[in-house]
Amino acid sequence: MIKAIVNISLKAGVLDSQGKAVHHALDSLHFSGVDDVRVGKQIILKLETDDKTAAMADVTKMCEDLLANTVIEDYEIELV
Amino acid sequence: MKVTILQFPGTNCEYDTQHAFEGLGADTEIVWHKSESIPSDTNLLVVAGGFSYGDYLRSGAIAKFSPVMKAVSEYASNGGKVLGICNGFQVLTEAGLLPGALKRNDGLHFISKHHHLKVENSDNIFLEKLDNGDVVNIPIAHHDGNYFIDPDGLKDLYANNQVLLTYTDENGNSKNPNGSVDSIAGICNKEKNVFGLMPHPERAMEAILGSDDGVKMLQGFLSA
Repeated sequence: MIKAIVNISLKAGVLDSQGKAVHHALDSLHFSGVDDVRVGKQIILKLETDDKTAAMADVTKMCEDLLANTVIEDYEIELV
Repeated sequence: MKVTILQFPGTNCEYDTQHAFEGLGADTEIVWHKSESIPSDTNLLVVAGGFSYGDYLRSGAIAKFSPVMKAVSEYASNGGKVLGICNGFQVLTEAGLLPGALKRNDGLHFISKHHHLKVENSDNIFLEKLDNGDVVNIPIAHHDGNYFIDPDGLKDLYANNQVLLTYTDENGNSKNPNGSVDSIAGICNKEKNVFGLMPHPERAMEAILGSDDGVKMLQGFLSA
């Protein structure tokens, strides 16, 4: 079994309003020294296969088709 | 004139939409998302507002895989007229039938109020009863209405007169409630048969309820 961890976040050029709000909240709690905050989501998949190459291909397709909206989001896949 | 209205789990504007179009004299039919076809006599297909699949993952992301969406894509590619209102707009962008995407509102709040819109391009069936520069007053009710498109895509929209409506004040000066690129509230595809907007014209059909500016918008479809 392979576990796939998919991290999805807004693309670099796309304004992340939630990240900005969290940044403001950290500022108001006096956590200084935070340069930038980006909020994303993590999707964890348990796969039946043991083949990492196949798993990577499958999960990439899942990201392109459903898990991420590539108009506004980037995704990173980690297999463990 | 037959208006077919799609209903997904979580759609909640299908009956308002039906009421609005029937008030204008159209025949209507509500079609459940499990249907693999749409009625063959459909003149206009409306993807109504609401929260399909609870907005899980992203607004409209799961609805695009409902059985009926294949028929919707075929209908649109054969030149059939499709209108997506609010969540319907989100579904159509997720399905790739309209360019761009709808993000969380910049202020992070759900916004529910009347808002003025300016008609940017009326050379299409949807807005043909209106003129460029007209200002209408239409309710908005959304959390993810922040229209995004990359600079190249935006250039294309302008080049093909696909920007239909922008958010303004009552005098037509730009006023952006949600962070949308260039205050865009509604667009269409290049072929001008697929339309999407976040505001709800079907909720602006009677002056006693605040505005009847939606009548002129929806009537455009009925004159064809």
